[in-house]
Amino acid sequence: MKVMLITGTRKGIGRHLAERYAAQGWHVVGVSRGKADWKLDGYEHHELDVADEKAVKQLFLDVRKTHGRVDALVNNAGIASMNHVLLTPLATMQSIFATNVFGTFLFCREAARLMSSAKVKGRIVNFATVATPLKLEGEAAYAASKAAVVSLTEVLARELAPLSITVNAVGPTPIETDLIRSVPKAKMDALIARQAVPRMGTMDDVSNVIDFFLREESDFITGQVVYLGGV
Amino acid sequence: MAADVTRAVLDALTEFNAAEGTSVPVSPDTVLLGEGGALDSLGLVRLVMAVEHKIEDAFGVPVSLTDEKAMSQRNSPFRSVGALAEYAAALLAEPR
Repeated sequence: MKVMLITGTRKGIGRHLAERYAAQGWHVVGVSRGKADWKLDGYEHHELDVADEKAVKQLFLDVRKTHGRVDALVNNAGIASMNHVLLTPLATMQSIFATNVFGTFLFCREAARLMSSAKVKGRIVNFATVATPLKLEGEAAYAASKAAVVSLTEVLARELAPLSITVNAVGPTPIETDLIRSVPKAKMDALIARQAVPRMGTMDDVSNVIDFFLREESDFITGQVVYLGGV
Repeated sequence: MAADVTRAVLDALTEFNAAEGTSVPVSPDTVLLGEGGALDSLGLVRLVMAVEHKIEDAFGVPVSLTDEKAMSQRNSPFRSVGALAEYAAALLAEPR
């Protein structure tokens, strides 16, 4: 059975993706810092911090022992902090980079190793954001961390192509999740007005792009970032 | 333990040869990188992954042969099969 690893599955987009791909017949290995208060056939949950190298390595050792493979990785786990740069503590910058950049890096590295040794045509999907190309005020730390994810995606695409692994990213617009709960409505309306298609995104908009990256026929698609909403 | 680690490294090299269709000599004396080296950079990546998996299977703990220490050593642990085995054994002997 094909195995998909998704980070940040306790709630929001991650949970939606876990439910979607488990229903499609994938075995989904989900990860988050806390317990999941839901259960699903074809889903197993692991509690860990995605930036904890030891824990991530142990997870992949367990996945290899139990399943012998991982076919797809979706690096969904991400955090944001809306704040003017002059009011942003270094600790905020550090924790945003730890989850968004270091976590993505660690999972890419370990998944690619397992994909390569299991000889699968691996698929890695990272999460970018429209906050980066829109140069969103108040999101300096978040936008910068996701710019780093875009760079990682583009370079890893080249480094991992000889191993038959594609690496792409989806860049969502705002979607109704906890990530944007604290953003004022006026700010959100102004942001959405800058999109070619001015509406909130949905979880299905995100999974539509991921479906495309995961397809077997998409083995010639790598190093790409697809932004939603025409950004 | 050192002998077990060497065994694991040689086993990984045998598997690597079978998977890659190469015939790198399965011996501690085999030079891997540099002048007379048997591997290109991608070959080294694949061999290191194979060795890590073998060691993890044999000893039940995750290992990282490519940590900062390995990258900063004057004599690279990747220069020969024997050096790689020595480095892996030293890592495993460290307290966790």
